[in-house]
Amino acid sequence: MVLVYIDQYNQQIKKTAFEAANYGSQLAAKLGTEAVGLVLGSSNNDLASLGKYGLKKVYKVSNDALNQLDTQVYTTVIAAAADSLGADIIVLSGNVNGKAIAPRLSARLHAGLVTGAISLPDTSQGFVVKKAVFSGKAFANINIETAKKIITVSPNAFSHQPGEGSAEVADLQVNVPTAKVKVLSSQVASGQVPLSDAEIVVSGGRGLKGPENWGMIEDLAKLLGAATACSRPVADAHWRPHGEHVGQTGGAIAPNLYFAVGISGAIQHLAGVNRSKTIVVINKDPEAPFFKAADYGIVGDAFEVMPKIIEAVKKLKQ
Amino acid sequence: MKILVCISKTPDTTAKIAFTDNNRKFAADGVQWILNPYDEWYALVRAIELKEKDPATVIHLATVGLADAEPIIRKALALGGDEAIRINIDSTDTFVIASQLAAVAKEGGYDLIFTGKETIDFNGATVGGMLAELLDIPFISLATKFELNGSTATVTREIEGGEETDEVNLPLLVSCQKGVAEQRIPNMKGIMGARTKPLKVVEPVSVTALTSIVSFELPPAKAGVKLVSADQPEELVRLLHEEAKLI
Repeated sequence: MVLVYIDQYNQQIKKTAFEAANYGSQLAAKLGTEAVGLVLGSSNNDLASLGKYGLKKVYKVSNDALNQLDTQVYTTVIAAAADSLGADIIVLSGNVNGKAIAPRLSARLHAGLVTGAISLPDTSQGFVVKKAVFSGKAFANINIETAKKIITVSPNAFSHQPGEGSAEVADLQVNVPTAKVKVLSSQVASGQVPLSDAEIVVSGGRGLKGPENWGMIEDLAKLLGAATACSRPVADAHWRPHGEHVGQTGGAIAPNLYFAVGISGAIQHLAGVNRSKTIVVINKDPEAPFFKAADYGIVGDAFEVMPKIIEAVKKLKQ
Repeated sequence: MKILVCISKTPDTTAKIAFTDNNRKFAADGVQWILNPYDEWYALVRAIELKEKDPATVIHLATVGLADAEPIIRKALALGGDEAIRINIDSTDTFVIASQLAAVAKEGGYDLIFTGKETIDFNGATVGGMLAELLDIPFISLATKFELNGSTATVTREIEGGEETDEVNLPLLVSCQKGVAEQRIPNMKGIMGARTKPLKVVEPVSVTALTSIVSFELPPAKAGVKLVSADQPEELVRLLHEEAKLI
């Protein structure tokens, strides 16, 4: 059986959890078994609707202590759930919480772990999972040698779209240990698409000359339902918050469309964005290295080009 | 207070990525090795800052690797580690690596363990969590801020589109990323002093790997950029809509 951990924020299921559910149910179908979901803490979602992502059954451990993440507590609860359900494969989102929980769970269960899977395992010889390595410059095919297996799914590598179906929802009784981590506060910028979840990202670099010129990045992002990002010099100069920095020492993203404006495309920047499915580069320097990694480009001044792009997108969206 | 900083050597960001042995091994010939940036810039520097505040603090460094890891260990000592331990084994399995570090950490009795958020070669982000589990201590991942008050830590971690601030008592393991500290450059005094700081080599404990690398592959080459005239930016929008079907 494949057990899919359904990650939530504020009792809401995350987009990456739907991706994990789709991954887990496709994996179960491939192996001729079934996929079930596991929800920890309370949820405002209709859990039966997780059936639309191929889950036959959804187990919930309704304990308010689980509304906050303590990796030791979560590991104990997920391990106990996997044990009582007889699940030998656990799938998690390769997001912030998946990165926190999966390694612990791997060590606890002695289950081989591959993080950031980008495709279903190849089971023709062993159980081989493909993931990006060397900051997106290569892929590794990794065999999980143990009977129990854990996979985290790279964000935006699998569809989060629902199909048809309804899951049976059942309570699961699991002993919940006392948390050692106390959450003091959490904030999420409202009305914005989180960078890690975004399918389109509009990003600005030093070529924009100063933070006062970010209006056009934000306008285009808003029109496209996109998240905004920036290059390292921009974050270091505090033109934009650190959380927006993508690149070798910032975040790594893999959106469907990455729109780079005034970014030269140094190798360190590419390391954070090279897994984007399509890259658009706008730069006035025809020699900017980014054009070599781009799918579409305009050699031109962002200050002249961007307003026209925004107008054209506005017309398109009308 | 005893801090352990786990460090790793990785190919330089600009290194050419190629493979040998039927695509089973990274082609290391001629590659410049560096201290993994997340370990160096954030984990190690934050430990050094804590020592600057409380000089009684001791910083130990641990790395899992063969003798060719020594230049990066010396660099970390030059930045400000007090002593280093190298566990003499080469492995690509993170459970093997975490188990080696756990053996060292159990012996050292550390109050606080820092790792980088991931290495820039395997991008696994797994060793920290595994090590915390093997030591049965709390783990906060992807930290962007770390403050210590006595034996209580306040740690801010990244969450989707925001951040969460947690409070937890030591002992603790934290994986660090941008925001925790600022990059430093070792000074001459540090570099000279690093030569005589203790670097202990220990033999590995016996652990069975949970995973193995079957092969590597390079991404397919890009078809090449389709350039649109700067006089007609609306053509780009048309292409993204009609051809790429992305907007």
